[in-house]
Amino acid sequence: MKMNIRDSLVYGSRFILAGVLLFSSATFADQGTRLLATGGASTLEGAGGGGIVPWATLSSYAGKGQFGATVNLSEVAVDDFRLSVQGASVSWNNRIELSYAEQTFDLSTIGGELSQSILGAKVRLAGDLIYGDLPQVSVGAQHKKNNDYALPSAVGSQDDSSVDWYVSAAKAWLDGPFHRTWVANLTLRSSKANQLGLLGFGGDKENSRDWLAEASVAAFLNRYWAVGIEYRQKPDNLNFAEEQDWKDLFVAYFPNKHVSVVGAYTDLGSIAGLDDQTGWYLSVQAAF
Amino acid sequence: MRIGVLLAVLLFAPLSIAQNLYQQLGEKEGIETVVEEMLYRVGGDDRIAHHFTDVDIMRVHKLISEQICDVSGGPCDYSGDDMKTSHRNMGVTNADFNALVEHLIAAMEKHDIPVAAQNQLLGLLAPMHGDIVEN
Repeated sequence: MKMNIRDSLVYGSRFILAGVLLFSSATFADQGTRLLATGGASTLEGAGGGGIVPWATLSSYAGKGQFGATVNLSEVAVDDFRLSVQGASVSWNNRIELSYAEQTFDLSTIGGELSQSILGAKVRLAGDLIYGDLPQVSVGAQHKKNNDYALPSAVGSQDDSSVDWYVSAAKAWLDGPFHRTWVANLTLRSSKANQLGLLGFGGDKENSRDWLAEASVAAFLNRYWAVGIEYRQKPDNLNFAEEQDWKDLFVAYFPNKHVSVVGAYTDLGSIAGLDDQTGWYLSVQAAF
Repeated sequence: MRIGVLLAVLLFAPLSIAQNLYQQLGEKEGIETVVEEMLYRVGGDDRIAHHFTDVDIMRVHKLISEQICDVSGGPCDYSGDDMKTSHRNMGVTNADFNALVEHLIAAMEKHDIPVAAQNQLLGLLAPMHGDIVEN
């Protein structure tokens, strides 16, 4: 079995995550010291955030000197495709987040399946989501690698792996409009990924990095329920099919610091030549 | 037409009976009850109870109630020291501050303070974080 450095990292992180989950009750603080919902949900790419946009917040509720971890499952079902994600993350000190996600993309109508794995890291640089005047600012990277490259290669993709870089700023207003608590996040991403990377990286139409804007806004109806919207710009690198921006409208439920559930209506635009891909998104996260 | 009027009434009713924050918190009595509940919860919380062992808890109750009455627009003048002075050398951490916020929220929820009023009060108290937490 051939194993490069990255594969070792991936297997290593899996091993660490398994260990973390097994011993979480023994080695973790009873409860993270951050406030409810400040860990956000899990994105399709494994990082903590909204559903499709990574946020400056770090997943779990781990505060100063604490470790935290999450595991998450997400499903997106649109007209002609289905995306399944299994992910996990570890955070320390409200400073560093490491995440891992396996994506399986079922080409229901076209036939076949694509998949990739994503190893992510995020570091909080400054600020706090809730306290102080400055937003919380973090930088992150996502190393993506296709597991099935035949189809991406055939439709013009130039590479089977690449790294996305991003910088995010997030801010909460405890007493925002309508006396509700609001959260906004803006992310700028440098990427070559076609459809998150499931269709490879770079293309026959364009093979350079793009700066892409991604944004989320959410309003908390009370402590436990939030509604919001997300928007994510996409590159358009392949000649065979146009790639369009993604958006979603979501409802999130945070009953306690250990479970969160997000449901959304998503509009993924045109994918691989099949237009108007709309449908449902459901994500469940357990935090330790 | 009738539906239109009904809608208009429903939409604007909250405005016509709008109360200020002090009233929404139940005035002096309501505020004192919420603070009592909060301090009761703090006393049972090993994470932060140690900050309150050597203090006159009745005085703390009086001062916090007075302060909330004051900032919420009630007829009180907070008579204690400023936040920086009163928390000096207490070593209050961010985790301690969040724990107190959680107990305040739990106390307000128990006494059915509306979410809008909870948020207004939290929005008035959160800026004190910088003066209370020592890092």
